[in-house]
Amino acid sequence: MTTRTERRVGRTGGLIGDSPLRPDGIPKLKGEFEYAQDLTAAEMLWGATLRSPYAHARIVSIDLAPALAVGGVHAVLTADDVPGRGTFGLEQPDQPVLAGDYVNYWGEPVVVVAAEDQDTARRAAAAVVVEYEVLEPLVDPEEADRRDETFRRMKIRRGDQDITGDVIVDGYYEVGMQDQAPLGTEAGLAIPDGHGGVDLYATSQFVHVDHEQVVASLGLTSDQVRSHPTGIGGAFGAREDVNLHIHLCLLALHTSKPVKMVYHRSESFTGHVHRHPARMWYRHHADMDGNLLRVEAKVLVDGGAYASTTGAVLANACYFAVGPYRCDSVTVDGVGTRTNNPPCGAMRGFGAVQVCFAHETQMDRLAAALDMDSLDLRRRNALATGDAIPTTGQIIETPLPMTEVIDSLVAMPMPDATISDSPLSLPGGTGLTTEPTDVSRGVGYALGIKNLGFSEGFDDYAQARVRLTAEGATVETAAIEVGQGLVTVLAQIARSALGVSRATVRNVDTSMIDSAGSTSASRQTQLSGGATLEASTRLRARILHAYNGDDLDDDGVWSEGRLVTPMAEITEGSWEETATFRHPATTEPDENGQGVIHADFAVAGHRAVVDVDPELGLVRVVRVDTAQDVGKALNPQSVRGQIEGGIMQGVGLAIMEELIVEDGIIRNPNFTDYLLPTILDAPEVEALLIEKEGSWGPYGAKGVGEPPIISSAAAVAAAIRDATGRPIDRIPVRPQDIALL
Amino acid sequence: MTEPVMLTVNGIDYRVNVDMGRNLLSVLRNELGLTGTKEGCDDSECGACMVLLDGQPVNSCSYLALQAQGRSVTTVEGLTPADGLHPLQRSLLEQGGVQCGFCTPGIIMSARALLDRNPSPSEEEIRIGLSGNLCRCTGYAKILAAVAQTASDG
Repeated sequence: MTTRTERRVGRTGGLIGDSPLRPDGIPKLKGEFEYAQDLTAAEMLWGATLRSPYAHARIVSIDLAPALAVGGVHAVLTADDVPGRGTFGLEQPDQPVLAGDYVNYWGEPVVVVAAEDQDTARRAAAAVVVEYEVLEPLVDPEEADRRDETFRRMKIRRGDQDITGDVIVDGYYEVGMQDQAPLGTEAGLAIPDGHGGVDLYATSQFVHVDHEQVVASLGLTSDQVRSHPTGIGGAFGAREDVNLHIHLCLLALHTSKPVKMVYHRSESFTGHVHRHPARMWYRHHADMDGNLLRVEAKVLVDGGAYASTTGAVLANACYFAVGPYRCDSVTVDGVGTRTNNPPCGAMRGFGAVQVCFAHETQMDRLAAALDMDSLDLRRRNALATGDAIPTTGQIIETPLPMTEVIDSLVAMPMPDATISDSPLSLPGGTGLTTEPTDVSRGVGYALGIKNLGFSEGFDDYAQARVRLTAEGATVETAAIEVGQGLVTVLAQIARSALGVSRATVRNVDTSMIDSAGSTSASRQTQLSGGATLEASTRLRARILHAYNGDDLDDDGVWSEGRLVTPMAEITEGSWEETATFRHPATTEPDENGQGVIHADFAVAGHRAVVDVDPELGLVRVVRVDTAQDVGKALNPQSVRGQIEGGIMQGVGLAIMEELIVEDGIIRNPNFTDYLLPTILDAPEVEALLIEKEGSWGPYGAKGVGEPPIISSAAAVAAAIRDATGRPIDRIPVRPQDIALL
Repeated sequence: MTEPVMLTVNGIDYRVNVDMGRNLLSVLRNELGLTGTKEGCDDSECGACMVLLDGQPVNSCSYLALQAQGRSVTTVEGLTPADGLHPLQRSLLEQGGVQCGFCTPGIIMSARALLDRNPSPSEEEIRIGLSGNLCRCTGYAKILAAVAQTASDG
């Protein structure tokens, strides 16, 4: 039965399952939306950062005098000027706010400057004279492993460790260092409050954790710092760690003036963490029927100089090392190394991406060794609800439609087999390097699985407050909108659950509400959405109870079809509810990596079709089809937006995006040399949303942000392998991986 | 060394004193307060700073303010009608072509220049017309659909 509210609101769209226009769309389209880059304040100074030119060195001396002599400079600060703990870090506070005795990576901040304009600040920072004693950097992660320079080791042992299969497949795989490359660089503004405290407005995915780190590293009290959500030009993991946040607060408190910083793109490449490069050694055992008997893996991810989230990324890589397959005998050893390479941390997919490339290549090789169709092999071993996660032994309790994903993917139509003779449709594009007769077409499949929300016993929650006033419903939250459409979907949830047609989302700072947690791990729709649903539901119940009604809509409270109290009268009172939503509790792993480690899982599959010029090593991705387990698509347009964007980043990882690091130094920190897919590289994408409700998210929704990138890169690599017959055991696939003998 | 520069931006004449080396993007954002135009790379690669110069799209990060003297500059603020949205803005909104939105003003300017010279572009022509604009969020599908919708709506 359609309720009054559904009939009313349904006309304008905006309930669960609709795709209403995003509320921040118009300001963004008009250029009026305020990003961190656009913030300004009276008497504002500009900050700049001097960074280490070496991957490893001892700081012998720092001469600030030349910088202080530059006109318009207000502050030139070093590690000696940092009060408090002086260090920060998401998993352990191991990174200095400013380097003291040593620099441990290329680009590590050493000095910060505040001056009257950006050019002056940058000039003054460059004028500082630092004398370094250059040291030998440790850049080989395997050497770091041998020296036990590590952030974390993982040991997973499940089942009989002595099983041997009839068929054994070995492989070694590498994944390069990818950058999140959000289009907006790091930016922010800190404003001193005149009483020793500071208001921070800076690019972030998690303002409460920024707040915590500013407070601890600068020796402030919690109530002295307010971290405010602000407009952000993308994130993808790059904004989970602090970077300029503490520097801004330090400079603002020191100068007693507002201070703004905007990283240049070249600085952004050293100013945030990257996707961990990985090396992976695998051995798969199966019986002659293709039943997976045993998987052995060693997974190495290089964390670089400081911990960031290396421990959690490594853990994720290890927990999903087998992929979405049943297997009762598993050995995984993992190591997250500490080197003098650039620090690595969160990027969309968070460890699951790297191992997916390895386990999916292994499955293809295993199928070849068994002379079996690779999809039949996957289908035979596919995980389902009630099965155990092969690494941790955790029983899957929510819907996990892996078989439906495979079947849907196979049923999707293939593109026209004719190779177009339009230059833009050929590998090499407008370079006019390739003739249609030179092109080999390949098709590849890959499946992926990832956890949703934070794991390993972390107390993962989100708070939201819902108010009802004459203006409608307002959802207050500190959850960060990074572009994914959280502001749209939280309003949809409030409308649906409360019953009114007007709902807006208002971001509030850390002093006004408890944490919403991080906008990462595909978690905000489920967590902040869950809190919004709970607060809205409770508020509706309270209002109905107060006015003895059975329905609530824009007109007011109804009882048995009669309006009993008009909305104007209701909103004379103060109506608000605050709810804190937690996902099911998880546990820390035992000594064998076993336990209820994760709150929920999502699966997806990708089929890539590529055209390759095997002589030149050039690739064009023609099409990517996907089927994805979404639970319930609360906003189908936004879900598809996540899928299309995530696949594009997967295509980038497969064939073009890699930070080239030599002796610890990034050689391509700019968009000329770090290649991102353009619209000419964009394949056709078709997405099938598989809705199986039963997860704990609001209305059964699962997080959807990360699955699109987990297996898309692996599918493209598989398609290149299919087209060329080359091993393709590293991504990104380079021309020499295809063309060289 | 600063120099007085006369700029015509969105039909309004401005006189600003700027360093001869200043790029147009910096003057638009910091001197004229037109922050709709974005800096994504400072390298002519991403197109977030795209403006129209006498109707032609240019990366304003790589164009001196001095060079724009005597020419007509249009930014996203100048393209937006006083009462509502330009058809390109409307299509991008409806199709879901905006996520973080940082690339959006630049995309709009490139698309506008494309449709001005070719009101009925093929899909391939749209791709070529937008090939100087990076978008990291959308995967481009909905942007492509939005420009095609604008063209077909005339």
